Parts: sequence; structure tokens; C-alpha cells
Amino acid sequence: MAVSFICFLIFRFTGDPVLMLAGKYATQQEREQVRIAYGLDRPFYVQYASFLGNALQGNFGKSYISQTDALDTILERFPATFELALSAILISFVIGVSLGVVVSLRPGGWLSRVIMAGSLGGISVPTFLMGILWVMIFAVWLEWLPPFGRGETVQVGRWRTGLLTLDGITHIIMPALTLCGYQLAVLLRLTRAGMREVLGEEFIKTAWAKGLSPFKVIVKHALRNVLIPVITIAGLSFGELIAFSIVTESIFQWPGMGSLLLVSIFENDHPVIVTYIMLAAVIILGINILVDLAYGWLNPRIQYD
Amino acid sequence: MTRGVMSKRLLNNAYVYSFLRDPSALAGACLMAFFAVCALTAPWLAPMDPYDLMTIDLGNFLLPPAWMEGGSLAFPLGTDDQGRGILSTILFGLQTSLMVGFTVVLVCSVAGIVLGMAGGYYGGLLDAVIMRCADTVFSFSTTLLAILLLGVFESRNIWTVIFAICIAGWVKYARTIRGSVLEVREAAYVTAARASGAGDFRILFRHILPNALPPIFVLMAVDLAVVIMLESTLSFLGVGVPITEPSLGMMISIGKNYIYAGMWWLVAFPGLTLILLVVAINLFSDWLRDEMNPKLARQN
Repeated sequence: MAVSFICFLIFRFTGDPVLMLAGKYATQQEREQVRIAYGLDRPFYVQYASFLGNALQGNFGKSYISQTDALDTILERFPATFELALSAILISFVIGVSLGVVVSLRPGGWLSRVIMAGSLGGISVPTFLMGILWVMIFAVWLEWLPPFGRGETVQVGRWRTGLLTLDGITHIIMPALTLCGYQLAVLLRLTRAGMREVLGEEFIKTAWAKGLSPFKVIVKHALRNVLIPVITIAGLSFGELIAFSIVTESIFQWPGMGSLLLVSIFENDHPVIVTYIMLAAVIILGINILVDLAYGWLNPRIQYD
Repeated sequence: MTRGVMSKRLLNNAYVYSFLRDPSALAGACLMAFFAVCALTAPWLAPMDPYDLMTIDLGNFLLPPAWMEGGSLAFPLGTDDQGRGILSTILFGLQTSLMVGFTVVLVCSVAGIVLGMAGGYYGGLLDAVIMRCADTVFSFSTTLLAILLLGVFESRNIWTVIFAICIAGWVKYARTIRGSVLEVREAAYVTAARASGAGDFRILFRHILPNALPPIFVLMAVDLAVVIMLESTLSFLGVGVPITEPSLGMMISIGKNYIYAGMWWLVAFPGLTLILLVVAINLFSDWLRDEMNPKLARQN
């Protein structure tokens, strides 16, 4: 366990081909003067070394377009994306796992069939179509929810949040539903498969025989054993969540990191793109650490040494 | 061998037998075949060539489908903001989707098989390097990596899209095949082949590969749907195929701007086509997975 984690750290920080690629293309892109101004006329490896040196100090260079610090530009957008991702994760986890449990308890019932058909839809419909479908239903047809933007926000310290105002909450519903769709379907199917396996085990029969309440048997004895693979997959698919946040933000014009990335791509703003890639790598790495820690809490038999 | 014997043998084949008796697999395959034929015959089937500037009349922009008021029979499913027929653009867009889908799946599976077999069979440094690359790619996820790669490319066309998805997509194949190779590397029949003087190349391709192929076929079928969705997502975001080439994702992205004006047909028809295509492939791959998984067969 510990070894695999160290390997992960090493390969992540020794070779980052994505980063080099971005650096290489930047040199071809800009005109000669700009090249010199940004130090892009130096050999490729010198640039890379200086970039890496600066990056370690948290300095990612300036955006070509807005002339502001690339990291600041992105971090300014971070709260919006974080709130969106967090809501999506919460929704997909709570609904996905609980529906998975419901389906596993009565596999043949009509409710289970409806839920399973829905989850097949969740996997077969691309995220961006799902988002447009929500817009068509709730914003154009029913006119219940606002179709784009983040709504009213409140500044709390350095964090600009949209979750404290009613307007902000109505704005986040559709993007969060869109973003959670795919993950919800995956978690549901995983929970269902795991629960069906665990419910047939001896220790579950023992728990029923002891006369424990159904809640205790299902949640404390069965679900806890199922959660380990579920959390692993949820953690591993975090990169996918970041990718779909780009899609979601583009549909709902959500002022987050993803829509900033798309604008930067269209304007060839390389420092911002590279910073985004680095940040995404750091976030994915962080999530992997959290998942490893969650194992220990769910299953005390797993020890770290 | 006469044709009669051939067809009899075909019917007695276990796969063909179960395939013909599985309605959802049949439906999926028929729908797939239908879309493929539509895409291949698009130049003749389509009422117009949506990317031939001579045939586009801007005066026909945003027409509703033929059965609605103001619609025209020349454009059965209506037109978009440039006066292109929706039906024609869908047919040409299907071409792009299927072309990207099949090319990526073929290239990825071949690359994945070669890299996975090399890593699994020879082990050591080669294996370590390949698997580290695979882990990096895997933790970034296919979609994110494809978006980021296309983000740093200078020009984008259908080949850069294929290239980016391939870079991001070979890992699944390599991991699957490496697992199978590790499993059978020390098996008796491999040792026997080696003892009889077979070279590495022969052992890999004649003895190990045929046994490792079934899961790869399943993966290819599942991946086809994933790649087609990914291509349309990339085009939707504007980092996929350029605006001068037809694509379902691009159509939906253009149509998105008009849904507030009640012009639902710009999004609905390409969207429905995409969903049907993906569902058809998924129905087929579900059957293939059940069929090629001996573990499941024993349970039933």
C-alpha cells in the first residue's frame, strides 16, 4: 500500500509529459518579441527547468491575455468549481448509494427495474446532452430554474460563495444535477453489485439471526463492506469529474475553472492552460491520498506502515 | 465446401445461435448497421451537401421540421442558423462519429495489445516504464486528457482529435492484455511451446494472444460507444473537429443557443441520433460481454 503510494508520488513529479508539451507548443506560438519578453526564446529545457523552479514556489507566470498572475486567475475561479463539484459528489453519493441499496434489497421489483433502466440512460446519455435536456425542461419549458450563471454570491473571507443565498442555490441545482448524472449511475451499479454479493454472506445471516434491526444489518454490516470498492471508484473517477465539470460549466456559463480553461484554449493562453493542468494533477493526487486514508477508516484491518 | 455447408456451420456456431435468440442484441446490431449504412451512403442519401457552399441558401435559415407550420419538404427535419438541412448534417455528422469511433478503437486496441504484451511478457524496466505511463494517463482520465491535449494543439482537425483520444485511450487495452499475459506466462502450454523451440514472437502471437482476445473484443465494443460520446463532447466544447466539418456535437452546440427561442429541433434530432447510436452499441456490447465471460455463463 505504502509502496504503491510512493510510486505514485514519484512518477507524478518526475515526468509530466503534458507539461512539456504545453511548453513546447508555446515557443512556436508567439511572435519573436513576445517570445523574448516571456523568456520563450531560451532553449526548451531551460524554460522547463525555470518553469518547474517557479512552479514549486507557486509562481506559474502571467496570463498572456489578462496580464495577471495565472495561478491567481485560476484560484479566483476555484470556489465556483469547488461548490459545483462538491454538490455533485454529495448528490451522486447519497442518491447513488441509497438507490443502489434499495435496488439490491428487491432485485425483481418494478421500482428496481425503473431505477436500473434510468441508470442505463445515465450511462448512455452524454453529459452535455443531459445538461441541455435539463435546461429545456426546467428553464425553457417549466421556467422554474434559471438557465445559466451563478446567481447572487456572498463574499466570506477570501471565498465567494453562492450557497448562502436562495438565488445562488436555485442556480446550482441544474449544473449539479448535470455533473452528478454519470457518477450517480456508476455508483448505483457498483453499490448494487456489491450489496447483492455481501447480502448472501454468512455474517449477514448471523446478523439477521441475532435479531438486529434491518437498519443495523443493512447499513452497519452490509453497506460498510461495500463502500470500499465504491469509494475507490469514486476517487479514481475524480479526473472524469473534473473533465465533466468543464463540460457542465460551458453549458451553464458557470464562472468556474473549466470555462476559464476553454476561453484560454481558444485564446492560446498557455500559462493559464499549464497552470490548470498542474492544478488538476495536484487535485487528483490529493483525492487519491484521501481515498487511501478513507480505507483505513472503513476497514481497520488495512494498516499503513 | 459448398455454400449450404457453410451456412449450416454458421448457424450451428454457439455465438451466432445465442445472438439470433437475443432480441436486444439483434435490435442493437440492426440499429448499428442502419446507422453505418446511413453514414456510408450519406453523399447519395442526403437531400443536400451541408458543407458545399454552393447549395446552401442563407435565406432558408432556422426553418422548422417539414410537418410544422413554415416547414419545407426540402428540409424534412428543418434547418440550422446557416440554412443547412438538419437531416443532411446529421447523416454527414454520423460519418465523422463512426469514422473517429472505429479508427480510435482499432488504433488503441492494437497499440494497447502490443504495449501490454511487451510489458507483461518481458517485465522488468520496460514493464515499469509502460505501466507508469499508463497509470499517469489513467489517473487523468480519458476525457480530461483528451481535452487538455487538444487544448495545447495548434490546429485541430479530425486527425488531431483521433490522435488525442488514442493517446488518452490505449491504457485500458494495455492493462487488460497485460493481466492476461501475466496469468498465462508460466502456464504449461507456454512452457511447452518454448520447449519445442518457439520464439518469443511466435509464443506471444500464436499461443498467448488468442487466449487473451475475448475480453479485448468486449472492451472494443464498450469503448466504441465511449469514444463516440467523447468525440461529440469534444466537438461540443469546440476543441474537436473544426467548424467546417460536420459533427453531431457541433450541431448540438450551435443548437443550444436557439433553445431559448423555442427552436428545439436544432438540438433534439442530432441529440436523439447520438443517444440511439450509443444505446445500440451498448445493447450489442452487453450481449457480447455476457457471451464472452465464462464466469457469468456458469452462474446462469
